[in-house]
Amino acid sequence: MRDQRLWTWHIGAGAVILVLLGLHMTVMHLDAIVRVFNPAPGEPVDWSNVVARGKSVFFLVTYVLLLGTALFHGFYGLRNILFELNPGAPAKKAMNGLFLVAGLVLFAIGTWAAWAGFTVARSA
Amino acid sequence: MIENKGRPNRLGVKGWLGGGRWGFERYLYALHRLTGLALLAYFVMHIGITSSRAFGENAWTSTMGVVKGPLFSVGEFLVFAAFAFHAVNGIRLVLVELGFAIGQPIEPVYPYRTSVDEQRPLAIGVMILAAILAIVGGIGFLK
Repeated sequence: MRDQRLWTWHIGAGAVILVLLGLHMTVMHLDAIVRVFNPAPGEPVDWSNVVARGKSVFFLVTYVLLLGTALFHGFYGLRNILFELNPGAPAKKAMNGLFLVAGLVLFAIGTWAAWAGFTVARSA
Repeated sequence: MIENKGRPNRLGVKGWLGGGRWGFERYLYALHRLTGLALLAYFVMHIGITSSRAFGENAWTSTMGVVKGPLFSVGEFLVFAAFAFHAVNGIRLVLVELGFAIGQPIEPVYPYRTSVDEQRPLAIGVMILAAILAIVGGIGFLK
């Protein structure tokens, strides 16, 4: 039952990622077509454009949401792939713990960076 | 993921990649996993690299200087193409899992028909869409 629920979350996270990562890819790589998110001239990774996006609460919220959903989707997918090798119960438990801790640590780092980037951009 | 109780994956790692007689869609499934793993690896690195903006303009500019150049551009394009494939193929997998695009159930009467034939147009369609997305995105990398 737990795995069915997690699988449903995995698919739901995929749908959220599709929208948010689609937006991120549009902002970063389709800037030749869509310029609205990069108001300053130059590349999307130029500091002036990073600051322009970094000031936005919308981008802050979507970055953190994308971070959480992508980490869950990715690590749960990796867990499923490894579980197909039929590891024993202790190995499964260890993998569950490892991926949970790795996901939480990366989420904490990413959230801190998003918030710190937001405050840096606001003060720039 | 439903627990596999009766038929364990005896092929091991080969079972991940080998499509056997399951055909085109099975290889798309293997590619879906490969691109998923590649995107996860990139994403973990991406979190570390983009965190540099928290330390201000100098840290950001110097970090971006490190990941500049043709090698990184090619790598980024591959990530974009992997995303395009993983995204549209993921939509296909969800549609098929929910029972769309596989046709109605029919009586098993000879000559037998397979639902794989029913879902093949969807598979081909999403591959064309992925290719278009990768090409459109690729224009940005040629600048």
